[in-house]
Amino acid sequence: MVVIETPNSPRSRKGAQWEKRAWLFMRFSGVFLVFLIIGHLSVNLVLPEHGVKAIDFAFVAGKWASPFWKVYDGVLLWLALLHGTNGMRVIVADYTERLWIRKALTITLWVVAATLIVLGTLVITTFDPCIDPNVHSYLPDLNCHA
Amino acid sequence: MPSRPAGTLYRGKLGMWSWVLHRITGVGIYFFLLVHILDTALVRVSPEAYNSVVASYKTTIIGLAEIGLVGAILFHAFNGIRILLVDFWRKGAKYQNQMFWIVLVLWVVLMAGFVPRQLMHIFG
Repeated sequence: MVVIETPNSPRSRKGAQWEKRAWLFMRFSGVFLVFLIIGHLSVNLVLPEHGVKAIDFAFVAGKWASPFWKVYDGVLLWLALLHGTNGMRVIVADYTERLWIRKALTITLWVVAATLIVLGTLVITTFDPCIDPNVHSYLPDLNCHA
Repeated sequence: MPSRPAGTLYRGKLGMWSWVLHRITGVGIYFFLLVHILDTALVRVSPEAYNSVVASYKTTIIGLAEIGLVGAILFHAFNGIRILLVDFWRKGAKYQNQMFWIVLVLWVVLMAGFVPRQLMHIFG
């Protein structure tokens, strides 16, 4: 059972400010994500002639030859992961009763988010199509220095 | 222990079910996102590593599961816009029920376009 020891004590303004920003972030990131995800699914899953079967290393290398898709995928990575992690944080807060379990799960969520944001950002920014020796068969203009 | 008072079961009708669906789809999308970032990260390892893992997405069973994923994403996206309108539009709360039906109609229309296309890709 949850015991509220001093219900009339003033609540932390800082915590409330943070929650309000998180609430606003969910709504604004959500609007962007609707457009980004519909574009993402269209370009990768629906429009290619063979759909998901068209996706391979060459497909990704072809897309990431353009800075547009690198920025697009980077923004999608950051917004989706932060939106998803914050949503999970709210769900954890709703269903956990013991404080230490809530804290442990919340910390885990943010550690996972930070790890995957760093990993994903590094993958996009340091991607090297030249690790494929056959890269010239699908990106003929690419200049790979030996 | 005090006995449980009768008649307090919350019945929120459509608004409650939209909230439940928003949560369930959100959690599902979250866990797929974790997997999807990791599988895409394999392009930094080698073309062989990436291609062999992405090959599993091209199987019939995962191809069918993708219909569920896209369905979850589209519902979450449209219902998210509905939540935004409930929060920021003056008449949002008044029309939340009608907006839920619009969400479902939009969802059915887009899924009617996507599902045959995906089935053609899987079995074609």
